[in-house]
Amino acid sequence: MRHFIFAALLVAALTVLGILGLEQARLLPEQASLQAVGIDWLFSLHFKVIAFLFALIVGFMLYSIFVFRRREGDTTDGDHIEGNTSLEVLWTVVPLGVVLYFSFLGAQVLGDVERIDPLALEVDVIGSQWAWRFEYPDYDVVSTTLVLPVDQQAVLRLSSTDVIHSFWVPEFRVKQDVLPGDENMIRDLRVTPTEVGEYTVRCAELCGTQHAYMTAPVVVVQEDEFQTWLEEQAAAIPEDPVERGRLWAEQNACLTCHSIDGSKLVGPTWLNVYGSQEIMEDGSTVIVDDAYIYESIREPALRIVEGYPPAMVPGLGENLSDEQIADIIAFIKSLKE
Amino acid sequence: MAIFSLGLFTGLLYQIVGTLVGMGLVMLIRLLMGIPVWNPEPVWVVGMLFGTLAFMVGTGSVDDWFKWAKGEPTTDEHHSDPRLTGLKKYLALSFDHKVIGIQYGLWALVMITVAGSFALTFRTELAAPDLQFLQPDLYNTFMSLHGIVMIMGILLGVAAMSNYLVPLMIGASDMAFPRLNAFAFWLNVPSGIILLSSIFFGGFDTGWTGYPPLSDQAPLGMQMFFIGVYIFGLSSILGSLNILVTIFRMRAPGMILFRMPVFVWTALATSIISLTATQLIGLSFQMVMFQRLFGMGFFRPEVGGNVILFQHLFWFYSHPAVYVFILTGLGVISELLPVFVRKPLFGYRWVALSSLAIALVGFFVWAHHMFASGMETYLRVPFMFSTLLVAVPTGIKFFSWVGTMWRGKMTFQTPMLFVLGGISVFLLGGLSGPPNGTVATDLHLHDTYWIVGHFHATMFGGFVFPFFAAIYYWFPKMTGRMYNEKFGKLHFWLMLPAFYVQSLGQMQVGLLGMRRRIADYDVALGISASQMAITIAGFVIAVSVGIFFLNLLDSAKRGEVAEANPWNSRSPEWQLPSPVPEHNYADHPFEVLGEPYDYGLVGSVYTSLDPVPEPSATD
Repeated sequence: MRHFIFAALLVAALTVLGILGLEQARLLPEQASLQAVGIDWLFSLHFKVIAFLFALIVGFMLYSIFVFRRREGDTTDGDHIEGNTSLEVLWTVVPLGVVLYFSFLGAQVLGDVERIDPLALEVDVIGSQWAWRFEYPDYDVVSTTLVLPVDQQAVLRLSSTDVIHSFWVPEFRVKQDVLPGDENMIRDLRVTPTEVGEYTVRCAELCGTQHAYMTAPVVVVQEDEFQTWLEEQAAAIPEDPVERGRLWAEQNACLTCHSIDGSKLVGPTWLNVYGSQEIMEDGSTVIVDDAYIYESIREPALRIVEGYPPAMVPGLGENLSDEQIADIIAFIKSLKE
Repeated sequence: MAIFSLGLFTGLLYQIVGTLVGMGLVMLIRLLMGIPVWNPEPVWVVGMLFGTLAFMVGTGSVDDWFKWAKGEPTTDEHHSDPRLTGLKKYLALSFDHKVIGIQYGLWALVMITVAGSFALTFRTELAAPDLQFLQPDLYNTFMSLHGIVMIMGILLGVAAMSNYLVPLMIGASDMAFPRLNAFAFWLNVPSGIILLSSIFFGGFDTGWTGYPPLSDQAPLGMQMFFIGVYIFGLSSILGSLNILVTIFRMRAPGMILFRMPVFVWTALATSIISLTATQLIGLSFQMVMFQRLFGMGFFRPEVGGNVILFQHLFWFYSHPAVYVFILTGLGVISELLPVFVRKPLFGYRWVALSSLAIALVGFFVWAHHMFASGMETYLRVPFMFSTLLVAVPTGIKFFSWVGTMWRGKMTFQTPMLFVLGGISVFLLGGLSGPPNGTVATDLHLHDTYWIVGHFHATMFGGFVFPFFAAIYYWFPKMTGRMYNEKFGKLHFWLMLPAFYVQSLGQMQVGLLGMRRRIADYDVALGISASQMAITIAGFVIAVSVGIFFLNLLDSAKRGEVAEANPWNSRSPEWQLPSPVPEHNYADHPFEVLGEPYDYGLVGSVYTSLDPVPEPSATD
């Protein structure tokens, strides 16, 4: 019994040390959404239980190691203790209760996280290899930056044009995979930003070569600033087809793979490409003109330039109108050195 | 060329020829069909499959079956050439479960070393932000291969321990199907080669999970990954079948299930998982293979396929699979603890049955890998409950180990150090699990380095530490010589703290926003110092494993000759001479008279096997 009390004291001391240590450590990013509040509360409960259970097992282990260890010259065996059924039942039933309670808490917090605000701001979030596009259907605004008003729930309708991506802003805590497919595969993620500031959305599901760089800025602003931004965006469609083309190219992730400065990325650079003669994979040659660029956007795999992977999927250009493609061609034409 | 008489090298020669024949066959068919002769994907895939068959024929592992089919007699001889000694014995075909066990072990160590060097390569890249020397595609290939090759290495290590130990522990003279045993082992060689060959076919950038549509677009290396895993899965299924039959049919008189050494219980539980779940990963990979080869559309959204379906099929195996890794390791811990504390295993029946309970519950938790995947949302809460339930039987094991240690007269030889280290690391791994299990917190943790840290802690605690413990512990049994204790301890004291730094570091950077499987990370996250620490810790682990290898190589040749039972264990294998006679207990039949772990009970016996007399000094 004396040993047991000492070991229990050791466990208590280790638990306190563990909890204090975890409180000192930098463990979570800034908390910037309503959803994060419940999640962080559950985290801190988890961390305390982890500290206690780690101390419980390790404390008794350390006590046995240091106090009961074999003494020099002793060759006898330990006590013949085969087990104890009441103890076994105890440490089956108590943990069972604890995990059931934890699951219950987990379900409750999940309920809070998923709470629906019928007035939520709708944003269509489209993931493509390897960029994000944000469309505000109620305002006819398309952007490569996710701008959200503070303290208002946003429902992000997530979809992908190619492979699986995942939408994650660490400061918001919540995460949701972004799936390719028809409208049945669109997934909702609800976020209520609570802190004005600048964040980054990071793709969390491995999506190929440039996965690490599939990020986009997220800006949380006051409601009035949000309205101003929307108006600016609506007015910001340039008159010049070249500039419009540049905008479409940015919004549709073209520039993730095609550089405009001559450097080699996943696809051919756009610098000086218009009018040039390129060798195709099958050995034929093509003059890069309006028709070829149009085809390469609509049916990318048809004729691939030699030395490049057929990485582009038809879905990428699907939502581009013929007029927008004409703008992009004008933009490519303008890229001369 | 004497070297080509060894099974391994004949097999490799056959494999090359077989691959070429298979490739030629496809090209011929394509020629006759009037389509372009060269299309790398089908040509290579069929070539690799033919190469595997040819390898199996070349090793001679199917010879006896052909003879039986033709009605010709075969011998009961274990070895293709009984005169072989040393390492050569392990490069040749043998039906002896002890040789096969060690073959598994050696192949496991090769695979683990290869996978570890992949990790060191990309850990070096991650030591600092920005890309230093690895291009993203190569980074992704190394990262993916690290995962799958490690998994193979671990499963090989599991098979090594089960093959070597199960027959010895239950008093059998060999496995139930020795030829099937050899067949299952040799499958792993072409499987590993094909898997690693993916580097030369453009690699693959999907991680070991191979989720479509990404795996549908990946280079040809993807197919090599699928074929390699597929063949490996076949080996797992055959091997686990063999273990189950051996356990149920080949026990010594009196060896009732509840008197088996507790390791055998874990082998039983893991074999049930491998036998019944492996098909699902095979199926899911085969479906993507067929998508790529025949244009089928199971997971292709543009033709109505569903990308989530793959994840269900994949995780239905791949979650229980991790219990295959850890249960075996936990079995080693439960087996070794009583020997080194000189006390009975606390609550033997509870420990034995908790393995089956973990295996059973493990079948109902797979979707916790998919909380953020976009599967039906109502599935998440029930899977959260079932997932957390795993903590209950796992807790029984921890509490029973503590009960075993309490008042035990512990000694601290290398195997025991690895057991104790393993318990603490597995505890860290286990306790970092529930935050992933509750859906709300998992939404933050999913696909971050927290998961990487959690998973590595479970793998190191549940497999790596116990595997090293097992190698040190049974080294004298396998070789008849002792390892070097000083270097064994050095190995441990380097690896344990380094591992804690690595794992806790991974968990911390994950919480702070470091995603999994990225070649480069954002300086703004403020995690650069931790990344450097993780990389350094990784290299310290590598150095410690290097010391382990040197110790093993040197001790196998020059180590002190071991006593018959250096650990004073009650287990039957230690009552035999070391190394064990070819047919185990054929000349030492025994009966089970008592309980396996009655340490401290004066006059108790476990088996009736006569102890082998100590060799006298003049021998």
